[in-house]
Amino acid sequence: MANTQDFATLAEARLETTASRLRELVAHLRQQRAQLREEWARLITEAKLLTAMTKEEIFAEATSVYDNYVEALETGTSEALQAYARSLSERIIPRGVETDEVVGIVLLLRDVLARSLFAKYRTDFEVLSRVLDAYEPAANRIAITVAVGFVQERERVIREQQEAIRELSTPVLPVRERLLILPIIGLIDRQRARQLTEQLLHAIRTNRAKVVVMDITGVPAMDSNVANHLVQTVEASRLLGATVIVTGLSPEIAQTLVTIGVDLRTMHTVGDLQGGIEEAERLLGLDVVPITEATPRT
Amino acid sequence: MRERQPAAESAGGFAVSRRSGRVSPDEAQETSIAVRTDADIVVARQRGRELAASLGFGPTDQTLIATAISELTRNIVLYAQRGRIVLKAIGQGGKRGIMVVARDDGPGIPNVEQALQSGFSTSGGLGLGLPGVRRLTDEFHIASEVGHGTTVTVKKWNR
Amino acid sequence: MAVPILKQGQYLIASIQDALTDADLQQLRDALVAQVGRHRSRGVIVDITALDVMDSFAVRTVRDIAHMTRLRGAETVIVGMQPEVALSVVQPGLSLEGVHAALDLEEGLAFLDEKATAARGGRPGA
Repeated sequence: MANTQDFATLAEARLETTASRLRELVAHLRQQRAQLREEWARLITEAKLLTAMTKEEIFAEATSVYDNYVEALETGTSEALQAYARSLSERIIPRGVETDEVVGIVLLLRDVLARSLFAKYRTDFEVLSRVLDAYEPAANRIAITVAVGFVQERERVIREQQEAIRELSTPVLPVRERLLILPIIGLIDRQRARQLTEQLLHAIRTNRAKVVVMDITGVPAMDSNVANHLVQTVEASRLLGATVIVTGLSPEIAQTLVTIGVDLRTMHTVGDLQGGIEEAERLLGLDVVPITEATPRT
Repeated sequence: MRERQPAAESAGGFAVSRRSGRVSPDEAQETSIAVRTDADIVVARQRGRELAASLGFGPTDQTLIATAISELTRNIVLYAQRGRIVLKAIGQGGKRGIMVVARDDGPGIPNVEQALQSGFSTSGGLGLGLPGVRRLTDEFHIASEVGHGTTVTVKKWNR
Repeated sequence: MAVPILKQGQYLIASIQDALTDADLQQLRDALVAQVGRHRSRGVIVDITALDVMDSFAVRTVRDIAHMTRLRGAETVIVGMQPEVALSVVQPGLSLEGVHAALDLEEGLAFLDEKATAARGGRPGA
């Protein structure tokens, strides 16, 4: 096939040849779609990949991946493939599909298609060589795109789950009008502390709380950073009009607070949760206006 | 292919209306704001909030970022009279974040160490608010030379 | 952009909209101090519900408002602080010491009423 166009440089010529080779092999892959897709699905099952999915599901996904793969080869862009990789990951991650499976099936597809190209161009080594020149970089890019997309989606899911766990472990309890109780259990890290504060402030606003009893009996230890967060939470609550009573302060944590410069006399602290609630009710009681009796009619 | 220049330098050379505080996007995901008056402080922090929101930062982080930008921009207005704020989306590995560069050709800070010490909470914010900016952000870098100006670069990552 | 100041009995109420410049804030401070003097107000409520950023300058100005109006016999309460803004105030270690805070306008007024009653030497309802 003679090139009739005039190319300025050899590189351009090669580029144009590569482009036309790519078009050729894409046409071939489209034409062989049915057989190649089936073979791929068969290999997937043989390699015992995607065991979490049924044969029908594998076939359905295989069809989508195949079409997206070939399109990515053709257009040279991977947006469509990236979007598909993300959507596929969203579907299969909850099914327990692992990273090695995803990478495995993409590589299997690459091999299936490569073999098909070997078969087609086996009579002409020169041509086969150039076809592979066009195919291999593109195929490798695709494999990387899918793998990275899957991993990123997994990481996002894990982060979301961690967030949910943190939220569950720090419930804010509206106990009675204007009073919230926040029992904190376990070790607090920076992220949990921050989330705790956010949750508490929103709860103060939603419940129009005037007093919060924050019980840290269940917190074994606290470093100075987290102690700082505690102090900040007390002040932030004050800025929303709520007084925080800290209960269950262990001697160790009290010492940490003193070390970071907190004057414990400026903090409301009570020994235990029960005492804290009583103190809270006392504080709230000051706001109660005594009911004036109606003047008896004579 | 156009040669890439450092974010702060590449942001020059276009008109900014001081009255309306209009800004021109230099490249995709990078915004440059000329700073001269206290009205520009509001513009800069609003742009910062918008960029942070578009990068997926939650409401609290958006506010922390806007506050840091507010402090940095005010420093320029108060101490250097004019300068520039550059906001840029950044990425590292899988995470995304925002970078804020506050540059001015003002008098510079004679004692950077001192400026970075705490101690503004009692006197009530006299001074540059830099320790506060440091606590609001994940990464903080400052370069200042007397007579040549100051550049503060901060980054915040989206967890 | 001047902040509107309403007079409600013995109290002044200023509702801050967002996007206030430094000059606007200083103007508000001066206006509140002047009006407290003029009306002999006993309380000032600064409603910051719509304030989306409170940096060190805003904090300083609010503290100035509280101090200066107290010198003229008025207590200042800030109301309506957003949770995100509260975090952005405490995280850098800014201090609003000496400034009272309440959840909203209703709570702010209740606080000022209590203060006024206490100042008169009586207990609520007495």
